[in-house]
Amino acid sequence: MYKTKFFDHVILIVGCLLMLAPIIVAFTTSTHSAPEIHQKGLMLSLGDNFGETYHKVLFAQTGFNGTVTGLSMMLNSLILGLGFACGKIVLSMLAAYAIVYFRFRFATLAFWMIFTTLLLPLEVRIMPSYQVMSELHLLNTYTGLILPLLASATGTFFFRQFFKSVPEELLEAARIDGAGPVKFFIDILLPLSRSMIAAVFIIMFVYGWNQYLWPILMTTDESFFTLMRGIKQILQVWVGAQIPDYNEAFAMAVLAMLPPVLIVVVFQSWFIKGLTETDK
Amino acid sequence: MASIDINQVSKLYDGGVKAVNAVDIQIADGEFIVLVGPSGCGKSTLLRMVAGLESISEGVVRIGDRVVNTVEPADRDIAMVFQNYALYPHMTVRQNMAYGLKNRKTPKAEIDARVDEAARMLELQPYLDRRPRALSGGQRQRVAMGRAIVRKPAAFLFDEPLSNLDAKLRVSMRVEIRKLQRRLGTTSIYVTHDQLEAMTLADRLVVLNGGRIEQIGTPLEVYHTPASTFVASFIGSPAMNLITGHIDGNRLAIWPVGFTFDDEAAYRGEVTVGLRAEDLTVAAPGQPYLPFRVDYVEELGAVRLVHGFVGDQALCASLPVATALSGEMRLGVDPQKFHFFDREGRRLALPFAKARMTFGAEAATVSA
Repeated sequence: MYKTKFFDHVILIVGCLLMLAPIIVAFTTSTHSAPEIHQKGLMLSLGDNFGETYHKVLFAQTGFNGTVTGLSMMLNSLILGLGFACGKIVLSMLAAYAIVYFRFRFATLAFWMIFTTLLLPLEVRIMPSYQVMSELHLLNTYTGLILPLLASATGTFFFRQFFKSVPEELLEAARIDGAGPVKFFIDILLPLSRSMIAAVFIIMFVYGWNQYLWPILMTTDESFFTLMRGIKQILQVWVGAQIPDYNEAFAMAVLAMLPPVLIVVVFQSWFIKGLTETDK
Repeated sequence: MASIDINQVSKLYDGGVKAVNAVDIQIADGEFIVLVGPSGCGKSTLLRMVAGLESISEGVVRIGDRVVNTVEPADRDIAMVFQNYALYPHMTVRQNMAYGLKNRKTPKAEIDARVDEAARMLELQPYLDRRPRALSGGQRQRVAMGRAIVRKPAAFLFDEPLSNLDAKLRVSMRVEIRKLQRRLGTTSIYVTHDQLEAMTLADRLVVLNGGRIEQIGTPLEVYHTPASTFVASFIGSPAMNLITGHIDGNRLAIWPVGFTFDDEAAYRGEVTVGLRAEDLTVAAPGQPYLPFRVDYVEELGAVRLVHGFVGDQALCASLPVATALSGEMRLGVDPQKFHFFDREGRRLALPFAKARMTFGAEAATVSA
């Protein structure tokens, strides 16, 4: 077995510091007041405005009509992230199920068509997508936020590969045991895919949580603003001599990081299993 | 419980490959049939067609009185045991066994009773709440059998169920399967490439080669009267010696040695002579013999297999361990135990084999 040496630890510690430093600085800076930050720049020491700033970010009503709080933005982000992840999983699992288990003409073609959409990012089709949503009167709705982004080539590909690795005999045994396509999917395939689902869930949740461009386009109503928009909103108040609330921006960034971190921590053992497990 | 009738069944794959070719098997109620043959002979395909996992290209399969060609596997009233067990990894042993019954809307109490009964039969009671992952290969195979038993199907289909087990376990599971089948009296079709498994399990053997039936018969029939050179070389270990000879009138010339029949043979020309290793002995002094050049020896403990040549044709003799070995040996043969096959490899008609044969006095002494 490989014995860890002193030098290995040095590399790992340096790596950790590199990754953590910006976050720590963001946090410590967020505990100072805005004018202080404006004068002195980033700070490593803890300030004394922690409670006040975070309380304000979370609960104070901001925006033009004063109905948006940090909490409501976080809720929007959560809805977007969860809806995004769950929807993508359901859709891509069903697509992969059809491609792998049903013999129909052009199944391979269908798969490759889905697969090639990987090459087209959202930005390429953003105008047509917007137009479709607009004509369906889905602007400023959660449906409009989530629905156009649900089709996932990555997810379909992951699940296709996973389903292909499930032994054929399992399907045959289930068929003899009297399980139809729906039953097989729910009773056998779904429980087997648990760790795979967890892995895809993490990836998709973080991806959805971090969406920026699409929510900006889709929502003009402040009650649909997500955290990502909120951060930008705070920095957009440079009017006259007013100093932007740097502290609040930092605080919100730190808060915005928490849910994805939480999800990764909770699901991480499943995540690794899902991507590496071979024993079925 | 039911009989199974496989009538002129063929399997055609795209590109015109015939994996199974016009196979006819009538299986009686409660019979244990073993399909045996080398890889690619179509035995698994045939089994899967009976199971409904492969479509039937031509012919008819009947289970009981019902034609099942287009019936779903679940509705054919069969249960199947797979080579890799195919247990549901996320279910406990109990759930695995109960799944098929649950899908058939069997009452809960009945499911429990049947699972418990099967578990008792297979000595699986301590493992009922474990996952397959936590079981050994032999236990997993027993669970797979339990899953088949609880269904109380008309027929069991076994697809090389013992191939993944180690040699010792295979022998003991073989016995268990046989006993269980006797006890339940369920019609069974068992696929294997292992001729020993086939011999020990079968009521009747079906030897398949290239999608065709070579021979159907009880293990002893197949062993003692193989219908073709293929069956002769496939069934039995070591494989039957197959030697080229020549028949002319009432004389048979094989190796450098000749034999004389009492009667004129109804066949002339080249012939394949089959001879089991255990039918060769050491010739008693003064008796006619075959001059045998020893090449190498395999010790099996109970007997030793002596490989060598008579003339330029390889031969293997199974001799008692006590036999003294030397580079040149004199082997005795009993012409009664010869098997004859024609140029196409088919067994030659019995009257010929029954004819009493004697060593031609001068022929037996002809040497290489």
